[in-house]
Amino acid sequence: MNIIAILIPVALLLGGLGLAGFIWSIRSGQYDDLEGAARRILIDEEPDEELLDVSQEK
Amino acid sequence: MPNGHALRAVPVGADEHALNLLVEGVHCANCIARIERTLGAREDVTEARVNFSTRRLYVRWRGEADAARVIVDTVEGLGYGAIPFDPEILASQGSEESKALLRAMGVAGFAAANVMLLSISVWAGLWSDMDASTRDFLHWLSALIALPAIAYSGRPFFRSALAALRGGHTNMDVPISLAVILAATVSLIETIGGGVHAYFDASITLLFFLLVGRYLDLRARAEARRSAERLLLLRATSALVETENGSVSYVAVEDLVPGMIVRVAPGERFPVDGEITRGQTEIDASLVTGESLPQAAARGVSVFAGTMNLIASVAVSVGRIGDDTLLAEIVRLIEDAEQGRARFVRLADRVARWYAPAVHILAAATFAGWVLFSFVGWQVALLHAVAVLIITCPCALGLAVPVVQVVASGRLLKRGILLRSGDALERLAAVDTIVFDKTGTLTMGRAVLTNGDEISDADRTVAMQLAAASQHPLSRAVLRAFGAGRPPADAREVPGCGVTATIDGSTWRLGRRGWCGAADRPVMGRGSELWLSRDGVPVAGFTFDDDVRPDAARTVDTLMARGFQVELLSGDRREVVDRIGEALGISQRRGGVSPTEKVARLRELEANGRHVLMVGDGLNDAPALAAAYASMSPAAAADVSQIQADLVFQGDLLAPVATALEVGRRANRLTMQNIGLAIVYNAIAVPFAMAGFVTPLVAAVAMSSSSLLVTTNALRLKREYADGGK
Repeated sequence: MNIIAILIPVALLLGGLGLAGFIWSIRSGQYDDLEGAARRILIDEEPDEELLDVSQEK
Repeated sequence: MPNGHALRAVPVGADEHALNLLVEGVHCANCIARIERTLGAREDVTEARVNFSTRRLYVRWRGEADAARVIVDTVEGLGYGAIPFDPEILASQGSEESKALLRAMGVAGFAAANVMLLSISVWAGLWSDMDASTRDFLHWLSALIALPAIAYSGRPFFRSALAALRGGHTNMDVPISLAVILAATVSLIETIGGGVHAYFDASITLLFFLLVGRYLDLRARAEARRSAERLLLLRATSALVETENGSVSYVAVEDLVPGMIVRVAPGERFPVDGEITRGQTEIDASLVTGESLPQAAARGVSVFAGTMNLIASVAVSVGRIGDDTLLAEIVRLIEDAEQGRARFVRLADRVARWYAPAVHILAAATFAGWVLFSFVGWQVALLHAVAVLIITCPCALGLAVPVVQVVASGRLLKRGILLRSGDALERLAAVDTIVFDKTGTLTMGRAVLTNGDEISDADRTVAMQLAAASQHPLSRAVLRAFGAGRPPADAREVPGCGVTATIDGSTWRLGRRGWCGAADRPVMGRGSELWLSRDGVPVAGFTFDDDVRPDAARTVDTLMARGFQVELLSGDRREVVDRIGEALGISQRRGGVSPTEKVARLRELEANGRHVLMVGDGLNDAPALAAAYASMSPAAAADVSQIQADLVFQGDLLAPVATALEVGRRANRLTMQNIGLAIVYNAIAVPFAMAGFVTPLVAAVAMSSSSLLVTTNALRLKREYADGGK
């Protein structure tokens, strides 16, 4: 049963990491605009001119 | 010269300014990208960020406040409405509150997951060889995680329960707080005494689920509050004031006084209620009257704050300002009506009203019974009492209503109907009277050319070209009918008259009857008209009408056949209302009704015991939508009306009204069944708990199976539709 002396702290640590991440995400305003994030993924990146040149050379 | 928008810019840091804007017309990712990239491409702009949820834009730039004008013009140039606002005025407390709830939810979720992990080990230990010391150790660990988490995450409930008790009444948070605190305390006592019955998992999990529900509820309410804020912002923020010596300057709207003369450019909203003193224009008064076609206005005509000046600059003498304007009156009506609706008690809350005391009495009776009629001692008696509290934990009951709502709203969404408020389905089920607005609800809400077939091809080509040079709603209707032409180079819009241009050597005019020399021609059609003239000789007349939705008559018939009382209330002229009502077979109808009168009529129906579904779209309908027992809006409606409505439907058809009512009835039947099931569950489980047979494991199994039962029952709504599709 000694294994639980390791496993329980590990479980708590992992859970705590998740919690810390969640609180950080609230702090940094990631819940301020929930709909916006879902739409922004559809915005195309500005075409990068250097990359464009390379692809045209092919 | 300082401009109106610069008044709203706030300094940031040493050399920067920032502006908060409400943007109208942002629909998709492209809109976000266009606004942010266009602004970001400017040298001086350091930050431009659109918040899609709140439709707000934050811009920060280097340099003077005056650049605000250019920023606003840039956004408007992209085709979006932009209204600067003062963030201090629009309370942001909602977002603080929601962040606090989210943090509480996170902590509760973390603790619930870990405590549950430990609990499962303890349960497994019931069958295996776990010794008492290991069990105690796991219990202590659970206590260490659960107790601080309960103290932190439970605060929203404890606070609300305390406030209720201090005020001398009770709410649902009182039994919740009591159950959570009692369960935690008894578990702690058990743990200290080395006992078997610890319920830390139950209390923290209960808290977690309740917090999730509370957060979703808060988000829905924040959206409603934003709608009222947006409405107030339709008021202009500044006005161009003329002084006696003829010079002009920008003044913030709050500083205007009655009697001042303000100048209003075409495309701007009137900042005040007042009277036109100079100039001639057309006004889009749909905000106030719901009338979709523009109205001519000249000297002496009254105008209202929030309505739009369409074609020419006019001077207006300031009459009423701020809170005295008609717009502010509409906002007040909406707020009053919302308070009225808040009095509606949801089914779940009505059940909770007798459920909570019943649970408390049963738990108390259990404790008293065990103390009086047995020799087990008060600790065990208390433990049995807590088992009663926990096994009745309103899980099944709490799920009975929301699960049906989730399934029903998914069902409605597939048919293009968006359910906007959680308890709307319940209210829909009780509806027996339907009140329709006319413009934009029974009709499509836009002018449609009715005699396109009578126009010759040559005239058609000219009309297309001229109409392309104008933004007037009737010109746009011409373009919709014929397609867009290329506007002639010398096309010119004459305020209040129409468009004129030279094509192939002749002077053509497209516009008002008198201006095109057609004053003596017979009146055509029933709605608005436009004339086309060549060198002063009228050659063709165009008539326009607002089209009735294609299935309006059928839907109204269906609804009447199902026994609903159907009524038509419109701000439009009586003749028009009579004609549409006649065509659709609605005998109960009224025209020329103001927003206040609409609300009064709804109140009258309510007093007669009717449950009214209001279907409307205009801002003038917003108070009525908020006042009605239930309400629906088409997706093309004004933002504010959509947000007041319980349901929003898409497309050109009216059939969704009938569909929504049907789904509401079915959903309500399922909810009732679910509550019945939850009660049956409690009737079986509670006696066992009172008799002291319930261990934590039994409680866990019983609670999950009852939850599964109500969820499965709710899913039947989906299946019934898949089979019959009635």
